[in-house]
Parts: sequence; C-alpha cells; structure tokens
Amino acid sequence: MSQSNRISGGQIDRSKTFRFTFDGMPYTGHPGDTLASALLANGVRLMGRSFKYHRPRGPISAGSEEPNALVQLRSGARQEPNTRATVAELFDGLQASSQNAWPSLKLDAMAINDKLNSFFTAGFYYKTFMWPAAFWEKLYEPIIRRAAGLGALTREEDPDEYDKGFAHCDLLVIGAGPAGLMAALTAGRAGARVILADEDFRMGGRLNAESLEVGGRAGAEWASAVVAELMSMPNVRMMARTTVVGAFDHGIYSVVERVSDHLAVPEAGKPRQTLWRIYSKRAILAGGATERPIAFENNDRPGIMLAGALRSYANRWGVAVGDRVAVFTNNDDGLRTARDLQSKGVDVAAVIDSRDGGDLLPGIRHLQGAQVIDSAGRLGLKSVTVRLANGKTETIACTALGVSGGWNPNVNITSHHRSRPEWREDISAFVPGAGGPANLTSVGAAGGALSTHGALATGQAQAIAALADLGFTATADTLPQAEDAPIAVSPLWYVHEGKGRAWIDQQNDVTVKDVKLAHQENFTSVEHLKRYTTLGMATDQGKTGNVLGIAVMAELTGQSIPATGTTIYRPPYTPVAMGTLAGRSRGKEFKPFRLTPSHKWASEQGAIFVEVGNWLRTQWVPKPGETTWRESVDREVLATRKSVGICDVTTLGKIDIQGTDAGAFLDRVYSNTFSTLAVGKCRYGLMLREDGMVFDDGTTARMGDNEYVMTTTTANAVTVFRHLEYCRQCLWPDMDVQIISTTEAWAQYSVAGPNARKLLQKIVDQDISDAAFPYMGAGNITIGGMRARLFRISFSGELAYEVAVPTRYGDALIRKLAAAGAEFDAVVYGTEALGVMRIEKGHVAGGELNGQSTALNMGLGKMVSKKKDSIGMVLSQREGMNSADGYRLVGVKPVDPNGSISAGSHFMEIGAPVELASDGGWLTSKVYSPHLGCDIALGYLKAGDQKIGRRMRAVNFLTKTDTEIEIVSPHFFDPEGERLRG
Amino acid sequence: MIINHPILGPRDAQEFVYLGDANLINRPDGMTAGIEAFHDYLYNRDNPAGEHRELWYHEQGDRSWLVVTRNTVTHEILKVELARDVAKAQGRSK
Amino acid sequence: MRYSGFRVIAEALTGHKGWKPVWRDPAPQPDYDYIVVGGGGHGLATAYYLAKEFKQARIAVLEKGYLGGGNVGRNTTIIRSNYLLDGNEPFYEFSLKLWEGLEQDFNYNAMVSQRGIINLIHTDAQRDAFTRRGNGMILNGADAELLNRDQVRAMYPFLNFDNARFPIKGALMQRRGGTVRHDAVAWGYARGADMRGVDLIQNCEVTGMRIENGRIRGVETTRGFIGAKKVGVAVAGSSSKVMAHAGMRLPIESHVLQAFVSEGLKPFIDGVMTFGAGHFYVSQSDKGGLVFGGDIDGYNSYAQRGNLPVIEDVAEGGMALMPAIGRARLLRAWGGIMDMSMDGSPIIDKTHVEGLYFNGGWCYGGFKATPASGWCFAHLMAKDTPHPTATAYRFDRFLKGLMIDEKGQGAQPNLH
Repeated sequence: MSQSNRISGGQIDRSKTFRFTFDGMPYTGHPGDTLASALLANGVRLMGRSFKYHRPRGPISAGSEEPNALVQLRSGARQEPNTRATVAELFDGLQASSQNAWPSLKLDAMAINDKLNSFFTAGFYYKTFMWPAAFWEKLYEPIIRRAAGLGALTREEDPDEYDKGFAHCDLLVIGAGPAGLMAALTAGRAGARVILADEDFRMGGRLNAESLEVGGRAGAEWASAVVAELMSMPNVRMMARTTVVGAFDHGIYSVVERVSDHLAVPEAGKPRQTLWRIYSKRAILAGGATERPIAFENNDRPGIMLAGALRSYANRWGVAVGDRVAVFTNNDDGLRTARDLQSKGVDVAAVIDSRDGGDLLPGIRHLQGAQVIDSAGRLGLKSVTVRLANGKTETIACTALGVSGGWNPNVNITSHHRSRPEWREDISAFVPGAGGPANLTSVGAAGGALSTHGALATGQAQAIAALADLGFTATADTLPQAEDAPIAVSPLWYVHEGKGRAWIDQQNDVTVKDVKLAHQENFTSVEHLKRYTTLGMATDQGKTGNVLGIAVMAELTGQSIPATGTTIYRPPYTPVAMGTLAGRSRGKEFKPFRLTPSHKWASEQGAIFVEVGNWLRTQWVPKPGETTWRESVDREVLATRKSVGICDVTTLGKIDIQGTDAGAFLDRVYSNTFSTLAVGKCRYGLMLREDGMVFDDGTTARMGDNEYVMTTTTANAVTVFRHLEYCRQCLWPDMDVQIISTTEAWAQYSVAGPNARKLLQKIVDQDISDAAFPYMGAGNITIGGMRARLFRISFSGELAYEVAVPTRYGDALIRKLAAAGAEFDAVVYGTEALGVMRIEKGHVAGGELNGQSTALNMGLGKMVSKKKDSIGMVLSQREGMNSADGYRLVGVKPVDPNGSISAGSHFMEIGAPVELASDGGWLTSKVYSPHLGCDIALGYLKAGDQKIGRRMRAVNFLTKTDTEIEIVSPHFFDPEGERLRG
Repeated sequence: MIINHPILGPRDAQEFVYLGDANLINRPDGMTAGIEAFHDYLYNRDNPAGEHRELWYHEQGDRSWLVVTRNTVTHEILKVELARDVAKAQGRSK
Repeated sequence: MRYSGFRVIAEALTGHKGWKPVWRDPAPQPDYDYIVVGGGGHGLATAYYLAKEFKQARIAVLEKGYLGGGNVGRNTTIIRSNYLLDGNEPFYEFSLKLWEGLEQDFNYNAMVSQRGIINLIHTDAQRDAFTRRGNGMILNGADAELLNRDQVRAMYPFLNFDNARFPIKGALMQRRGGTVRHDAVAWGYARGADMRGVDLIQNCEVTGMRIENGRIRGVETTRGFIGAKKVGVAVAGSSSKVMAHAGMRLPIESHVLQAFVSEGLKPFIDGVMTFGAGHFYVSQSDKGGLVFGGDIDGYNSYAQRGNLPVIEDVAEGGMALMPAIGRARLLRAWGGIMDMSMDGSPIIDKTHVEGLYFNGGWCYGGFKATPASGWCFAHLMAKDTPHPTATAYRFDRFLKGLMIDEKGQGAQPNLH
C-alpha cells in the first residue's frame, strides 16, 4: 500500500524504505518513522481498542504519553504486549498486531460493552454480582478475568539479554529539548561531567516537531548542531533512546536505555535494554510538557488527537493525519497547528477556538467563542459538530481534529519523592512543587517556562546555578534568538453540552459522567476519584487525563483546582520491562554458586549435589548398581560407622578470633565459657540471640593464648560474623579482639569412623595417637610439610577429626584422603549421610535450630551460664521460655519398625480428636537409620522430657498418615559416646 | 541511598546491612540489670518520624559498624560516625 | 440504600440519578462513647463491628487524610490463613472465614476471590517446615495441601522448572487463599459503618490525648478537642507517633514496603504464588495487572516510597521464577509504611491508660487480617476482654518471653 498521507518534509530518510506489517497487512515506512507515524502515513488511524468499552481508537499523541495506540510488537517469544505505537521505532520487518479485540480490530465482539455502557459506570461491580454468593467466584469473576487485560504474554522464556550499568556524573540532564540541550551545553562547556538522557531516538525534543526558528535557523537544525557539539565533548555522555524512569534518594536515578529495540533482533553480544543506575551530584529536569485534551462528546474517535501531535506528525514525520483537518483549542499553541498544517498544504477546515476576541488567524476559518460538541465516524473521524458563538450548530467534515486544552509540565519525576505539584494560574497548570528530590531543578516547559526562549533561558540559568554549587564556573553565553510568546490559555476542561460520554482517561474509559457519579456518591477526594473510577491507572499513568479529571471534579465541588488536589505520580515514568529490572540475574545465574574445594573431585565421582543456600554440597555419591538414593546413603552411613568416611565440611563458617581479650569476648558471645579452655582444645559452643533464643552453635578451638578458631553453621556463617563485629565495635569497643572470616580460606574435611586415625596418620606429619591428640584436641599440624589444622571433633558420633588446609590445596587433600583411605574402604559421604548420623546422635541442626527455640527446648539449658554476662543470658530467663510443659527435644521411633514417619508430622495422643488442643508439637527432622533399621526422627514435644518411653501418634494430615510412635531419648546411637573417644 | 562512610567516602547503601536504632549500643550489664531493663532495651523503640540515629554495617566493604543520623521522612543523611567512636563516647569500654 | 444487580439495572435505565453518597461528611460531635483513630481498613472494620456486632453507638472514626488511604489502599490484596504458630493461626483462620461471608454481610462486592495460594518448596528442609505448617493449619480448622513438583507444573507450566537456580520441588497450597479488591474493603466497611450511624471524619488528625488520672478523656485533633469514653488506635505505620501522645514507646518500627503492578495482561496467573527462595510473590488482578512484591526496604522510614535495590531484587526474583515475564512491563511502584513489630506478630491490647486501646504491629500482613482485626478490636473495646482468637496479641508477651515469631528472626523488625 502506498503512503497516501505522506506529505513533504520531515526528519525521515526517504532514501530507504522499511517494510512492516500490522495485523498481517503489509505497509512501508522510512527510517525515522515510529510505528504510529508510518501507519498514519499509510492512512491507518485505527490502532487499538479501549479497555472497558472496546471503543475503536487511534493515537492521540506522538509520544510516551499515548493511552490508545497500544499494540503487540514482534512475534514468538519476543512478542511484547502493550507497546505504544507512538514510540516504537520502525525497523525493516517489524511485525505488530492489535490487542484486546476479537475477532478483529475492525469488528470486535466485545464492543457490545459500548452498547451496554449505561450499566458499566464507574464502580458498578462493587454494587452487584453478590447474589447468589457462590456465583461471584464461579461465574461472574471468571468472565471478568477472561475479558481483562490488554496484550498477552507468550509463555515462552524471553530470549533477549538485559544488562545493568552504573554511571556517575556531576550533572544529569533529563530531556534533550531546547532547555535540556542548553543546560547540557552550558555545563559541558564548563567542563563538568554531564549525562544527557532523552527517551526519544532523536534528540531535540519539540524542536523536531515545530516550525519555529532558533538563532535564525530551523529549530531542528539548531538542535542538531548542539547535539554535534555535545557529542564532541569527552566530558559529556549523550544517551538517546534512554528514559529516566525513577528518582531515588541522594541523587540516584534509574534509567532505561533501549539499546536494541529499534532492531529486529539485538546484535550479537548486545542486550535488548540496559538498566542504568546513575549517581548524580546535581540533576536538571528538562522533560518538557504534555498537551492535554478538552473533553467533549465522542472525543475518542480515531483521527482526534492532541493538536501538538497533529503538528508533530506533519512537521517531523511528513504525515498529514487527515486530508481535511480541524483544530479545537483554548490557547494560542493550538493555533500553531492550524498555521503549520496550512503552510504544509493540508486543507484546514476550521479552527474552533473556545476563546473570544483576539486576532483572527489569516487565511484560516477561525471560529472564536465556539466549541466542538460531538463527532461522527465509527472507525475513524468523519466530522465534528460545532456550537458556534451565535448559538447555531454546524457540522464540519474532517478526518483529523487536533485538540489543545493547554500544556501540563511533565512534573512526574519531581513527585517521585511524594512532593505535590503546585498550581500556576497564569498557565493553568501544575508545576513542580517544593520538597522534590534534593538537588533536582526543573527547567523549560517541565518547570512551567512554556516558550522556546523560556526553555533556553532557564536551561542555561539553572545549569550555571547547579554547577556553581559544585565549584564550576559556567558562563552565560548569549542565548540564540527564539520565540517567547505566552500560551494565552483560557481554561476549558470539558464541553458541558451533550448527554453522551466525553472521555477523560481514554484507555480506562473514564468519562465526565463517571467523575460526576463519583462526586454524587461522595468519592470527591482526588484519591477516591482515582481509585473509584480508575482514572489515571492505565498504562499511560494518566499523563493526559489526570489534570483534566481533577479539573472536572473541582468544577463539580465548586473548589479551586489546587484545593481539590492532585495525585502524586509514582515511578516509573514510563513502564519498564521486568527483564530490564532483573538484568542478568535469571535462570541459573539468579544467584551465584559457591562451590566447595572438593567439588571438582566430587563431580568426577558422579556425586549428586544439593543447594544449601548459595553453596552446592555433595548430597550423596552413588556407586554403580545403586538404583535409589537410599541405597547410596545407607552404604555411606554404614561404611563410615564400620570403617571410615570423609565429608567436605568447608561450608561451615570459620572465624579467626585473636587478641588479649579473645577469651573474655567469647565468654560474652557464647552462653558457655571459653576463657578457661586450654590451649590445644576445642569446645562445643552455644550462641544465643539477645532475646535468649538459640542463634547458632559450633565448636571453637583455642589455638594459642590469644587465638581462637570459631566454627559456625553453614546457614549462619555470615550473620554470626556480623554479630561478632557488632559486639566488638558497638558493645565492647575497648576489648582487644580482632576477627576475620576464614570460611573461604580453609578447605575442611571431616574424617570419621573407627579407622579415621589410621587413615589420617598416613598423611599427617605429627603423631595423632589418642595420647598425643586426645578427644576435643586441636592444633596446627603439617601435611607433607604444609600447614594445616586438625580438630578432633565429631558430629557423626564416631572417632572423628576435621582437617583443614588452605583452600587452594583442598582439591589435592581430598584426592590424598581418598587414596589413603582406599585400604580402609573409605567412603566419601554427603549431606544426607551426615544428616542420618547427626540425628542418630541427637545433634540439633536446621530443623531444630529454627530461631524459635531455646537452649532448654534443645535439652541444652544447663549450658547457659549465669555466672557471667553473655548475650541472651538475661532474657533467656523469662517465664514464658522456662515453663515445665514447654517443648523439649525428643527422639521418635515408629512402634512398628516398618512404620513410616515424616518430618512435619504433629504429635498427638492416641485417641485424641483432631483439634488444636490435641497438638503436642511436631517432628523436626526425620531419617532412615540403617543401624536401627527403621525411621527415626527428632521432634519438639510439649513436656517431652517427661514423656520418654510413652507411645503417641505422629500424624500427617497432608499425606494422610497416622503412625504409632514411641518417644525416646534423642541419642539413638552410642548414647555414652564411647566411640568418639576411642 | 548513599552513605558517606567516614573512612571510605560515599558508598551505595546497598553495600550495607541495616540493624536499627543506635540505642542498641547501650546494652545493659547482664550481671546487674534484670529482665525489665533488657526488655526495654531490646524491644521498645522511639521510632521517630524525623531524625533517627541508626546502625548500619558495611558488610560489602570494610566491616565497619556506623551510626548514621538520617531523617526517616526525607531520608536525608545528616551525619555518619564510626559506631566504635560513638560507643566509646557514650562510655562503653569492655 | 441496598446494592444489587437489580438496582444497577434500574439506575442505568434512569440515568444513575438515584445513587446516594456512600458516606456522609459529618462535623465532629463534642464527644463520643467510642473514638477509633485511623480510617484505614482496620479502623473502619472496628467501627463497623462495634456498631453491627457489639451493638454500640456514638462512634466516630477520625482519619487524618482520606478514608482507606493507609495500607488498605496500598497493598497486594492477598488473603490467606497459612500461618505456622498457634498464637496466629486461629486468628487468621477467623479472618479468612469472615472474608468468606463479607460481601453478603456488608452488601458491597469487595471481590473476595479464593483462587488459591501456593508457597513454593525448593529444599527438603523447606518441605519439612511446610509440612509442619500445613498440619498446624488443619489442626486449626484451615485447609492445606502439599503439592509435588508435577502438580505445581500442571498448574503453572511456565514457571522455571528446567533451568532454575533453586529447583521447584513442590508447594504448600491453601485453596481458600486468594485476593480481595482492597479499596472496596475500606469502602464497604465505611459505608456499612456510616449506615449504622458511625461518624466518619476525614481530614482530622489526632494531635494529642487528654488523659486524666490514668484515664482517657478524649483526643485533641486538627478539628478541635473531641471527648470519648474509649479510644482505640489503629494507625499502622503511624502507631509510634500516635501512641507517643499517651507517653508510650512501642515494640514497633516503621518501615517501607514497596509493591508493584504491571501493565494489564491477558490471563497469565490464576492464583497467588510465593517464591521464598527469591523474595517474590505475585498474583494477577481482575483487571489483568500482575501485582507483586518482595522484601521491605529494610530501614526505618515514614516516606511511603522506597529505593531501587529492592525493585531490582523483586524483579530478579520474578524473572528467576517466571522467565516469560521478561517483556511484561512494570507500570507502577508504591510504598506503604509498615508497623513492623519485634516478633512479626500484631498487638491488640489495652494500654496502661484506662480506656485507651491499641491495635498495631501488623507488619506487612495487615490486609488479610482486616476483618478479624476489626472484630477482635471491637470485642476488646466493647467488652474489655480479648477475643478468644486474639489472646496472644498482648504487649507483655515480650516481657514474659511469649513471642510469636513466625520467621524465627528475633527482635529485629526488618527481618520479619
């Protein structure tokens, strides 16, 4: 199809032609086009349907404020819903389709809603669908949900990559129109580090859309020259296709750069978009202004758009939206549209000017004191009905109507810190209010200076002021000559005549009638208005409709607009893709992997790994022929208890603690005493939070008079270290104690089982006989002459050691241990076997160390020394934490050894009914014990210490199991601990 | 947010971990104070809408605990001190 | 005036001229029997139940801004009763049962929609913990099911099952969980209270309390002194500010929680989903927006806005869970001030001042509690004894060591 509505001029490259499709129909356009400008050039005005009434819609704007022309862009996994055709840059091969319409955009079955509009008023759903009660969820809501939404997501993974960037500057300039360019130029010439960001792909702002001159030449030419100068400055970073979407604390802005959206597919290695975090010392908002419509009956037909947009399409894109156009305005800016279109040879049918008096436009039918009261044309504008000053009506045929109700400064970002905009009577608009983001000033139209001269002057002045704060001296060069006409707006918000609907928020179908109903029902606060009618909640965030809605409410309540109030714009300025915000943190890269020193070796053995926080640990190591995980785990347990097993325990937190007060410090942070621990010995330590609950546990060894090595659980390695720093710096700042985390510095392996000593003695240089290295011994040793640490501690209940070497030798050590262990049939065991053995021994771990348990709950109450001050000691004595019928750690076995029990089951007395009062506690951890030949578990049972030997039930309603159990001591295996002292 | 670390200069607050009211420095002595004193210390807060002295920990940095004076309404940061210095100035020792 | 489908049709045919204001704008009376401070969800529900269930009169609600402008107007609309601890579960189950009958009770369609909530499981330890929780829920009369990986996959095949950093191993499901249209809850309670004679007074901020001989006499406000026999405070994030007028320091910090909504999308997610490994939860509204959130920002704040790291963190969680949302756009972010308590659980209790009652510490779980919170607070104010489901929500639980710490994080509000 030919570009029937293309006229001369514009900033498009007519030497190249792009092919694209919309709803399968092929069209052509040029580089420099947006999807909207190209469709309009091809005579396509109908681009979408509204949310509620499914009214036919075309674009009303030429920018990011667009509420109507939303399309699904691209196809397959790259399909993106709700893309504004007005900002989608055309590329060769672009595919777009309409959305929220079925079976087609022209014939949409859901347009029945438009016929039923008198039922679908604001908030109608709050008043109905309540009877019968069950019908809401079974019938009404599913229908509503199916109808909801605009565009659709595919369910495929987004194939594109996204990136994050961090940038710093002295001055961030937001918007590259005349004000922003002037600000950036002033700051750039002064040598400041400047970032200039603009959401458009072509910098220049309105200068690209106007016929105005700056400095004696076309505004767009002046802009190009300034852009070129700025590009040449090494201290200035120019970021087109880049939207500043959010203002955060202390000069931080979130910024989206659309790196590849103008291409069919991103170039290899490049992201689709980048989220920048820009740290600025000063920022200038030069974001321009958004034109607002005047509401009148049927003001939403395709072809009716903002007057400035009509002008943009003609001047920038060489497109006449209609062959015969009219303009409806209440201000002088609207007159420009008529003049520009006429000078481009477009037939201007009339200018309907709601104002009286003033000069008449030469050569154009200028109807003063007139208003548009209705329009006609089902899928596109055919005519408007005008009430003339003399009271008569006239129907004027036209296929495009430009409407101007004045301009709203784009204050959005200034209210991201919840500053409320302030009303300025002379321009009938809200401007940035006090209390906005610190060090952000607004210039140009965004600050209420609506003329080109005003933009240049304020841009320059505020740049000089901002730089002066930073110690730069910027000079006020002579400003180029530019127009400085007042806008001369005479407020007209909506045309009172007519009984039909006049749209305020076009996407959400909020009309003047809805505002009136909200007023009638006393939803008069602006917040209530917004929430009740959904005004401003659409994807355009009310950029064109909000102020209009407030003005209508003000008129109804008889209050002024500022007294009626304003809503606060929230981030983001324009919607941001989730992929952009997530960057590369997705899939397997969502969080980093932490790998243990034995990972490579374990991989070679075919180990199964499990996520433990960010760590990957060996879960078990299957042998050929083993078909279930239980076979492997049982073998690992039995082999360890029979001979020897090796386990990577590097993930446990390790903290070196040194200083003359190290012992005293440990006495404060542990419930039990460490200052009396002999050098060369370890002790189990219990650490409480200040609220008296158990925080963590582990063994800590005294390596020298003033030197300890603490271990923590894997889960709490970071938080314990943080806590120790807090104690050291904030509570006892004069203690001579230094700490450092060595979790990553040491590879540590547990070697456990009756042959553990024999195995280790083969590789350790020192004598580690029981006499030389007794139970709970600790010391610095060497392995083949290299430094290492040895601790004789046991989690498994076996004769066991933990041996540590610097991490870089961890791989070598596991290989050495495995080789040395071959003669003992040593196994390497994983976290599952570790869990079995610790439960057989009744040691607490994750399921019991849940942050909700006291030492008393765990059967460790006596470890909390009251002879010294320690964290948590005092509050652990509160009455509610010491009741005799509180939870106690118990062991659990099924009465029938073949019976199955599960962690998370609750204890109930035999015969008790299913109710809260029957709840005796729960099973915290459960394993199958190959030694006992049955399931065993630990649990917290109310007054459990008094119930040892009793029979109860373990009930799991979720799996519908109810098993008779025996309450036993948690020490299932070798309760006297003879093996570990062997 | 940006915290102007007394030693390292301005740092993104994302490098830090927040604990809460800097009054947590004033831990009672467990050998003399009882449950009530500890209860008030640990659980009750002024929670002001305005200037708030609070503890931040530079976990992704030098491991300093800082006392940051920040306005909880505007998020403006008025002062940043090393918590150790504050603790000592408030009479804490060993 | 009674709302119904018939009324909507009749009004549509007669130009909607018959709709009456949903509430009056009365001037404050010199004194009341009951003053509820705070016109959010909890305050409005309290006034409604005081009038309707406890047959009390001469009640006023004082709101410093507009009705429903607090956290009831800025949350992620989830209802559920899947709590772990005995101090909480009966209360939240009571609340869920009230939700189930709410619309018929107050004749306003708040769109209570029980489309189910799932908590994803990623580790065996998590399954054990959720099993404990699910069994506790059932013992408390709630519903719970454990889903395996295949069952989750059948519900939401587009979740990241094949390339996940933290593989999905199943889920705890509560079918009775779901969402409610949050603003409608405030308006329904407000309308019901107003119809029963409660004075709803907007733009009326409490600036002081008149306390004589240990007894409340009334409150000072921006609209003058208003006397009252009993005053109940339900002001969420402003709890510390208001209770300071009575000389109290609370076990509460105010923190900001951000929440987010995407552009409207055709149906994608039916129920509610929480992704604990990624600090992310999501549902889809009846209008089509994905409504989602994650952790609180983590520092004390009264600013009703947050910062960028949490926004990115939440989006990362969302993308890790649902790689298909990459091209969906986040439309709006907002922040609410949470009254984060020292154990993550609320307080509904008397105070040391006779006739002064407090309701707060809801953390970010207050929305789902709205009906039961209102009911139990009304019960306490009317009868001076706690409601049976709210007996644990006392101030002195911290002194006695009876914390209700669902997350096991101790006295650090930003971790709850």
